[in-house]
Amino acid sequence: MQVIDLRGVSCPTNFVKAKLALEDVDNGTTVRILLDDGEPVKNVPRSLKADGHKLLALKQTDEEHYILELEKREE
Amino acid sequence: MSDAKQTKLDLNNLKAGGFIKERGKDLFTVRLRVPGGRMSVPRLKKIAEVAEKFGGEFVHLSVRQSIELININYKNFDAVVEALGEKQQKVASCGARVRVPVACGGCEYNPNGLVDTQKSALEVDEKLFGTPTGHHKFKVAFAGCPFDCPKSATNDIGFQGAIYPELDKDACISCGLCAKNCVPTAIVMGEDNKPLFSDDPCIWCGDCVKVCPTGAWSARKKGYTVRIGGKWGRNPLVGTLFATFLPEERVADFIAAVLEWYKHKAEGLGRIRLGDTIIKEGPQSLLDHLRTQFPDSTVAETIAPQVIATQIGK
Repeated sequence: MQVIDLRGVSCPTNFVKAKLALEDVDNGTTVRILLDDGEPVKNVPRSLKADGHKLLALKQTDEEHYILELEKREE
Repeated sequence: MSDAKQTKLDLNNLKAGGFIKERGKDLFTVRLRVPGGRMSVPRLKKIAEVAEKFGGEFVHLSVRQSIELININYKNFDAVVEALGEKQQKVASCGARVRVPVACGGCEYNPNGLVDTQKSALEVDEKLFGTPTGHHKFKVAFAGCPFDCPKSATNDIGFQGAIYPELDKDACISCGLCAKNCVPTAIVMGEDNKPLFSDDPCIWCGDCVKVCPTGAWSARKKGYTVRIGGKWGRNPLVGTLFATFLPEERVADFIAAVLEWYKHKAEGLGRIRLGDTIIKEGPQSLLDHLRTQFPDSTVAETIAPQVIATQIGK
């Protein structure tokens, strides 16, 4: 599964980077997005949802970051 | 002939206020009315033209979202009003009246906004702008969410967008994003890995609804949290809670009801703001008055507006 690693990237650059990375992903494909704790995990999932993608799951790892699973959705 | 030099002005143009004396001889600031801080681009262009023709080298953006034309010679008042096109761009207010409402961008394009603050601001501007209070100025502000960029509680009446969240457990996928997003920790994940909600710490920000991937969280109620009696300046007060989930369509009626109480209770007290009137009368009197018209929104009890210790003028 493709992984988009946005650890260490602050808002809103992380969201814009996610958008750019998702441009190259086929519709319906599931990807994993790695996000820092704090603002990134609060803001980025919400913004991606507003863009129309389907959020599938969120898991906390041992290393203080989160894995967001998302299915790319494009009209 | 001396008559030819006599300036003739339509004094009706001055009635609503908005012409403010400057330091320089003959010069005034003309404060234009921009309810909610929203201005169409063509109007902005028009104002720029008028400023260029009659004003100084810049305009000033007031802290309450008005555009102020600077260095306008009083002899040009009529020409300025004419050039602005009075229908499209009325000048703003000053003095003991209901002022132009302030509002954030609202919910149309701002992802945080829970309610249509722009619509509320326009409605209140249309229905109540310029209403004389008989006592002192009267300011209203609309914030679309509890982040409250407009600092609503520092106004005579401050409105803050709010939603009451409700969970559909069957639609929940146990992702935990809502609990993660909930700053006041009103949502925690339970033993069954589903969110548990307690309404006591909730500030009605709706972050859970906004982040929920499946729509399991939705808004059961939507409206305004209303705080009354705030002001800033020399003796600041922070307004306190008088109503929750006030429906958006009742906003103008609510303000009118508060004005009614204020006009009556402040009689004989001189130049006094609403907050100080509440402190004098006690907040229960205003609560009781509001409850008759807004029984579903008025809170059971509240406290008087809170004094902010500035340590100056003790």
